[in-house]
Order: sequence, then C-alpha cells, then structure tokens
Amino acid sequence: MQPPIVLAQAGLWFLSALVIAGAILVVTLGNLFRAALSLGVVLVGVAGLFLLVGAEFLAFVQILIYVGAILTLVVFAIMLTARVHRPAGSTAAASQWPAAVASLALFALLACVIAAIPVPTPTAVGGAPVSLQELGRELITTLVLPFEVISVVFVASMVGAIAVAASPRQRRAQAPPSSSA
Amino acid sequence: MIPVRPLLFLGSALFAIGVFGVLTRRNAIAILLSIELILNAASLNFVVLGQASGHPQGQAFALFVIALAACEAAVGLAIVLGLYRTANTVLADQVNLLRG
Repeated sequence: MQPPIVLAQAGLWFLSALVIAGAILVVTLGNLFRAALSLGVVLVGVAGLFLLVGAEFLAFVQILIYVGAILTLVVFAIMLTARVHRPAGSTAAASQWPAAVASLALFALLACVIAAIPVPTPTAVGGAPVSLQELGRELITTLVLPFEVISVVFVASMVGAIAVAASPRQRRAQAPPSSSA
Repeated sequence: MIPVRPLLFLGSALFAIGVFGVLTRRNAIAILLSIELILNAASLNFVVLGQASGHPQGQAFALFVIALAACEAAVGLAIVLGLYRTANTVLADQVNLLRG
C-alpha cells in the first residue's frame, strides 16, 4: 500500500536529509560511540525509505538485524576496545582534503551516470511494487541456492568469529596437555 | 509512484560518504561503520530499482546484502578484538606487523 503523494514527498525529503546528515556525522564525529549512534539514525532512515518504496519486509529486517544486532555488536566492540574519553586521533587530518575531493569526484561521476541513464518507471513496466508473497516464492525457487549458500557462509563466519575472538587463555586451557609440557 | 532518480542520487551520496569515511578514518571500528554505510547504499539501490521495475530479486539481493553485512560485522569486530589483544591498538595504521 502506498502512502498519499504529498506525504510520500515530505517523507522522502525528511528521510533523505536524515540519512545524509547522519552519514556525515558517522564519518566526521571524533567520538566513536556517537558515530555508532548516528549510524543507527542512518539505518533507521534507510528503513523508512524502504517503507516508502513499499518494501515493508526489508524495512523490518533492516531494523531487526542492523539496528538490533549489528549496532549492538559494534557498540560492544567500541566499549571493549576504544578509549571513548579520548576522541583525538580518530581521523587523520593530513589526508582529509584529498579524501574529500576524491569522494566528491566519485559522487559527481555517479550522479552524472544516474542523470544520463534511463531509469525504470512503474508505469513503463506496468508492475506494482513487489509483494511479500512474490519475494518468498522467489527465495525458495529461483534463488534457493544463493539462499542456502548464504546460510552456510553465515554459520562459517560465526564459527570463525568465535574462534578469532576467543581469548588466548581459554584457547590454552582447551589445548591438549602435551603442547604445554 | 516511486521517486527512482532522487533515491539513486541519495544512494550514491551515501556511498561517497562511506568511501570518505574509509579513506579518512584511522580507527578500525570506524572503518567498519563506514563500510556499513557503503553496504546500505548498495542495498538501497537494489530495493529501489527492484521495486520500480517490479522484480522481486531486488529485495532478495538486498536481503543477502544485509545477511552478509551481519557476517562481515561479526568477523570484522572479532578481528578488531583480537588485534586489540595482541597489538593493544585499534588504529589501522599502527598495525604494521603480520606476526602476532
């Protein structure tokens, strides 16, 4: 179901401003914890944009996984490693201007390409936004192999993350006694 | 009616900001945050173009991007924790030896 057109326009501008401002804060804030919180703002804004284009399921997945899980993980890592009270040294001032020029050039290039190409319009294709039923059917028919591969990758990466993050003391305790003798 | 072109501009702006973050940040966790911005730009483009052309694979690939971002965050943060334990720093340019 699509929202009314005026509301959709206002929501588009509001969410775009929110996303851009949050993203700029993510890359410029010296305090890493605040940067992570503004990443949360960006993620919620992108979820709102998903809602706006009619992808409700993706919006909920975005909030559930990104804001719920990944951001929590990031905040944990920041708490465990970073010295939050010492914001200096999080950005390198010397390389900031070349990087800004490079990313602005990248944006200009992408914007030129987007302005030049024809974009698909719903009236031209004639299709309504994809429903959740269609998405589910696609996931278990055409995309069933990528779907399963993603789950294997997920399990492998979780086992790998646990193996990497386990503290050396625990690893030594679990090793066979012959290695320590 | 989906505003395709403004959302594509927004996606590329998000991507460029993420690239700026990756280039300028020194803290490894901050680099990971910028990579999350880049992944979000990609999935935003997938969803917008998929919805505009009425094809379900746009949303499906955005779902895959989110799943891979979860994997990437878990492994990346585990590596950062291991790095902090061995090298006692999370600044990416201070880690200059491969031997643990």
